[in-house]
Amino acid sequence: MHIGSTVTVSFRALRRNAMRSILTALGIIIGVGAVIAMVSIGNGAKSMVEAQIAALGQNVLLIFSGSVNQGGARSGSFGAGTLTIEDADAIQREITTAIAISPEVRTSAQILANGLNWSTQILGEGADYLNIREWPLSDGTMFSDADVRGVGKVCIIGQTIVTQLYPDISPIGQTLRIRNQPFKVVGVLAAKGLSVQGTDQDDLVIVPYTSAMKRVAKQTMLRSINVQAGNADLIERTQNDIISLLRQRHRTTEQTDDFTVRNQQEIADAANATSNTMTLLLGAIAGVSLIVGGIGIMNIMLVSVTERTREIGIRLAVGAHGKEIQLQFLTEAVVLSAFGGTIGILVGIGASELLSRLNHWPTLVSATAVAVAFLFSAAVGMIFGYYPARKASLLDPIDALRYE
Amino acid sequence: MTPVVKIEDVHKIYDSGEVKVHAVRGITLDLYKGEMMALMGASGSGKSTLMNTLGCLDRPTSGTYLLDNIDISTLDRNELADLRNEKLGFVFQGFNLLARTTALENVELPMLYGKRRVRSREMQERAMHCLDIVGLSDRADHFPSQLSGGQQQRVAIARALVNQPQVLLADEPTGNLDSKTSVEVMGVFQKLNDEGITIVMVTHELDIANYCKRNLVMRDGRVVSDTPVANRSIAETEMKRIHEAEAAAKLIA
Repeated sequence: MHIGSTVTVSFRALRRNAMRSILTALGIIIGVGAVIAMVSIGNGAKSMVEAQIAALGQNVLLIFSGSVNQGGARSGSFGAGTLTIEDADAIQREITTAIAISPEVRTSAQILANGLNWSTQILGEGADYLNIREWPLSDGTMFSDADVRGVGKVCIIGQTIVTQLYPDISPIGQTLRIRNQPFKVVGVLAAKGLSVQGTDQDDLVIVPYTSAMKRVAKQTMLRSINVQAGNADLIERTQNDIISLLRQRHRTTEQTDDFTVRNQQEIADAANATSNTMTLLLGAIAGVSLIVGGIGIMNIMLVSVTERTREIGIRLAVGAHGKEIQLQFLTEAVVLSAFGGTIGILVGIGASELLSRLNHWPTLVSATAVAVAFLFSAAVGMIFGYYPARKASLLDPIDALRYE
Repeated sequence: MTPVVKIEDVHKIYDSGEVKVHAVRGITLDLYKGEMMALMGASGSGKSTLMNTLGCLDRPTSGTYLLDNIDISTLDRNELADLRNEKLGFVFQGFNLLARTTALENVELPMLYGKRRVRSREMQERAMHCLDIVGLSDRADHFPSQLSGGQQQRVAIARALVNQPQVLLADEPTGNLDSKTSVEVMGVFQKLNDEGITIVMVTHELDIANYCKRNLVMRDGRVVSDTPVANRSIAETEMKRIHEAEAAAKLIA
């Protein structure tokens, strides 16, 4: 017999039991649909994390002030603050591969303007901060190096501050009071939205770090230093140079380091590892349902072979070869699972679309997931269809014809 | 003229471990083109075994069977299947049509398993032609469940004819039919035989055997009688008689 005829025969057989065929395929539909939806959610989360990390800027290194040991009691990260402005200056001076640096101080404060008040995060940064973060302004200008040196009372604000404090007027040139100190608003940041963790990235005020230290936080230590390396290849070298420079300045060794240097890649890797694990986990759970669907197919095919023993006998009597019977049942199983797979792909894509609409979850349907799910479902049909098909092909025509 | 079927000293022994069943004990038989033979015998007489052997569904334990000059003892499972497909047609007691499959698709079935690929149009034409022979071309798109027993058996005969077989093998073709429908079906067989098709049928009923030209009776695996039918029934005449009787019955009532 020819493949064309086999497929014809299989389709006729499946059509004869349309309801049963659809129910059997449902197992695969749900399995494939689940795999695709789950992997899409995983991939969506991953792409969002990647976007967030890219938003940190290009080739960025972060130096955090670390734990400090005071008479045996160790503080946590950012605890005492061990980085100084002198450290930042030394990095700027001596690390030639660092093209931009921005020392950072953070505090939160109540701010007043326009008769309204709001509690927000105050970031003290260098003039290069927005370049490093690749964060554009929607209005106005960034404060300058002169403002930083002069401990200037200038600030730039995020979109949330605009909505909260300047609902009706343009904030540029207005005065904003941070802990009762007047600051002039010189720029407004472009909106950035929520972070992966769900915090509002637009709810902040950026002032020169010198001003933040002397006028707002009243502290002498830096929280961290943002450094931008010239290009991706220089990240590691820059990182090593910074570490040895700071060890020299702080008189520490690897064991006693009171600072941490992280590069963007490490942060990205950590985040990716998390989302990869999640994708894998979701995919594996969904994969189980695909296998359950496959067992459903095997079950129905076994029932079908028993139920159609006479039919097999007739086919054998009129000249079918065992191989042809086997091929017919195998084709039925594969057609069932491939049909289920195709519908499942549509269901999966639909489900991920629906999830992203209703829950605002980021989803990303990957072509690989679709291809793998489809091939896997066909393989499920092949594997779980093999035994029943083989069983059918080995029947003796006389016994099969006599079967009641 | 060489016989279509030539059986020489055929034995069949079923070996189910402890007990050996000697179902057929040395049968020699020639069947020529155009014959119509009834195979009779009580159950256990070996007629079914002989029929399975004739139908190439089973190989004899010893002896030779030449079907159209081909020695089947040398053939494997698949070659036997091809031989059944090309040279034999089967009609069963229980009709054995595929359920929820139209009459036309049922008749097309043997063509799906031929060595030569038949185009679907040709398949349909040939199937229609065979349905026409058994007088059911107007029921081509009916499912078996929508047909009467006699009609189902005629579809089965059409299916057996579709590959132009050398021999038509019928296993109690009227076993599930009432007497009037049996006569109808025997009419179809007689018509086919008149056109030159060789027919072998197993039957219990003497009056059915009387429609054939030759009667072979078996007992305990051996042929006990092989005689030409002296006073052959003709289905057409019988049918007329039944119609008249029915008409008369209505008159009386």
